[in-house]
Amino acid sequence: MIPEIGHGALLVALGLALYGGVMSAVGGRRGRPALVESAQHAALGVFVLVTACLLLLIYAFLTFDFSVRYVATNTNLGTPFYYRITAVWGALEGSIVLWSWLLSLYTLIVILRHRTSARELYPWVLMTMLSVIGFFLLVMTVAAPVFARSLPIPPDGRGLNPLLEDSGMITHPVALYLGFTGFTVPFAFAVAALITGRVGDFWITTTRRWTIVAWYFLSLGLLIGGWWSYHVLGWGGYWAWDPVENAAFMPWLTGTALLHSVMIQERRRMLRLWNLALVILTFSLTLFGTFLTRSGVIASVHAFSQGAIGIFFLTFLALVVLSALALLAWRWNDLGAQGELDSIVSRESAFLLNNVLLVAATFTVFFGTVFPLLSEAVKGAKVSVGAPFFNQVNIPLFLSLIFLMGIGPLIAWRRASLDNLKRNFLWPVVIGSVAAIVLRLVGVGSSVAVLSLALTVFVTATITVDLVRATRARRAMGEWTLPALGGLLLRHNRRYGGFVVHLAVLVVAVGVTGSQAWSVQTETTLKRGEEAALAGYRVRFDGLRESQESNHGKVTGSFTVVAGRGAGTVLEPAKKFYPQEQSPIAYVDYRLGFVDDVYLVLGDFARDGSSATVKMQVNRMVSWIWIGGLVLTLGTLLAILPERRRPA
Amino acid sequence: MKPKFVVGGLAIALALGYMIWAGVSQSVVYFVTPTELTAGPVAGKAYRLGGLVERGSLTWEPRTLDLSFKVSDGKVAVPVRHHGAPPDLFGEGRGAVVEGQWMPAGYFKATLIMAKHSEEYKAPHDTKEAQSKGLIKTLEGATR
Repeated sequence: MIPEIGHGALLVALGLALYGGVMSAVGGRRGRPALVESAQHAALGVFVLVTACLLLLIYAFLTFDFSVRYVATNTNLGTPFYYRITAVWGALEGSIVLWSWLLSLYTLIVILRHRTSARELYPWVLMTMLSVIGFFLLVMTVAAPVFARSLPIPPDGRGLNPLLEDSGMITHPVALYLGFTGFTVPFAFAVAALITGRVGDFWITTTRRWTIVAWYFLSLGLLIGGWWSYHVLGWGGYWAWDPVENAAFMPWLTGTALLHSVMIQERRRMLRLWNLALVILTFSLTLFGTFLTRSGVIASVHAFSQGAIGIFFLTFLALVVLSALALLAWRWNDLGAQGELDSIVSRESAFLLNNVLLVAATFTVFFGTVFPLLSEAVKGAKVSVGAPFFNQVNIPLFLSLIFLMGIGPLIAWRRASLDNLKRNFLWPVVIGSVAAIVLRLVGVGSSVAVLSLALTVFVTATITVDLVRATRARRAMGEWTLPALGGLLLRHNRRYGGFVVHLAVLVVAVGVTGSQAWSVQTETTLKRGEEAALAGYRVRFDGLRESQESNHGKVTGSFTVVAGRGAGTVLEPAKKFYPQEQSPIAYVDYRLGFVDDVYLVLGDFARDGSSATVKMQVNRMVSWIWIGGLVLTLGTLLAILPERRRPA
Repeated sequence: MKPKFVVGGLAIALALGYMIWAGVSQSVVYFVTPTELTAGPVAGKAYRLGGLVERGSLTWEPRTLDLSFKVSDGKVAVPVRHHGAPPDLFGEGRGAVVEGQWMPAGYFKATLIMAKHSEEYKAPHDTKEAQSKGLIKTLEGATR
């Protein structure tokens, strides 16, 4: 009965979303607040119903309701409690439920925050949000019905993909989807601005925090995804330029561009058209990403047989892009710039270049991801470009972006004088150059690593110069150093929040550079008691043991890792044998460090436990990437604090 | 818009176009079946070879980490050699995708053996069509 209730609730929610969308449009067009209010009630109803569906689905998972096909394919009687909840979004149908729920939650917050503050735009914002929810509800009821029954009822389910039994599965999809769905809000405001013709700065200032929040969650989702890949997949990496990763990375790149370009519009009244286009592009890329990863179009070129969902997303994407372009064309005459670029050496052009590079990076990632499709369509040859392509093209772009990260926040608006340049950049340039020379002298061989680290030092120096100068200015007014610094951060929280986020990006950049340049690995077969050495670590194989867990069997290898003369750490990489899988799954064990991670993967082993093949990696600086995520959180919190006005 | 910005934009676009072109020509990998590979192998070119691991062809030497097997598409079987332990999901009678080069000595030297994990379980079918579809899927989707 419960699945039917769930399905029915989704159908009613679909009806309400469509009704609300139409009502808010009519209400907005005719200026009838009563209709908009009715649409608002419909939106609340959608939220309640989708919440109910999510709860019903969780209930179905917790009670092992295998009559629901989705439950039966993604859980079994042995699945532990927590993973029965995360299994809810472990596959396609459920992840769309989560997506819709987050979207309806955002809609609720938009209603609470903006129903009076953005009176003119509000009906159209509501219409757009409800239309997007309506689309997802359509997918949930028609293309991928989550509550579909499986008859006859199987006695046990198949079980969750073992790779998804991980704590990362609690946070990674939620963060990622909060990011994806979050960009719907600025998109909705952009659409409303175009429809009402109020294409000025109002929609930009209203959605600033929304964009930051969406961007933050998307960043966090990407980082947690990297962490999941690193500690679950057993290849020792965190990023592989896989289509699934690229799908999430593209809206991140355009979202980053957007965060910067809106500042130009606020300050100089330029880039109106560009900002609208960026919002539309970012939102479209979130849909495109879902299409790419969920339709199987990249995994198999001979696609659409896999299910109707691809065609649904493609149609909706086309609809979104075409109507957005039509709106842009309609308002074309209102979108001209009111300001002009004065000089290449100015903050505007630094930001503009940042945008050009980010969009260029988006294009290369897009190109590389769809390249197999293009090439098959054009030449008929099945080809692909792998990680080397993405690295080769993107490294110069990312290094330039790091350089701009140092320039942009400090250089003068309009036209920077030589004096301004000297005042802001003389010391950072000197410090950065010294860093480059020192890195060369201590034997860093890779030019890319030297350049990347030296640029990081340069940018850190620019931030330090700015902070020191501003703190001094306040001290000159009689404040102590620490209160002066604290007051500075809080009073100009937007600027300094941005700086902290920049620092986070630098910390991540150091982690990526270090791990690419200095990680080492080897693979070897050891007899019991035998040792192998790698990069100053000795690893001894102590034996194997077998065990039976709630839903799988496990063979654990025991290894003692010794660094120098110190005491050993025991690492226990394993192989897990799930009955529903045809072959074992590696379970990685590692010791994380500030500089070195020791990372072991159990390969093959002799049945009697006399020998085992082990892949040993010493991965450098990887922890910096996760630390970067923490710094990012602090910076974002600082940036979205309500701005304080200077007391008069 | 001032001409110098147009010129600057063009320069960036050209540089990007060149980087993409150079990147593609250096890192392009060709997907081939055993039949396609043996029809005209080019030594030194990067291939992704997909097929089934032929039954009875697999040998694994833990001490030296030498793995050798044959990848077959039902018509031709290509001998493959790899240095390293067989990955999870790898075994005789299963689909595999190997990346590497054709060696003039007459074997395929694999640098990477891949198997794609599907999020959802697909029951194995016996029909030829389903098998080749699965194969193509593994072939083109596999990255690690």
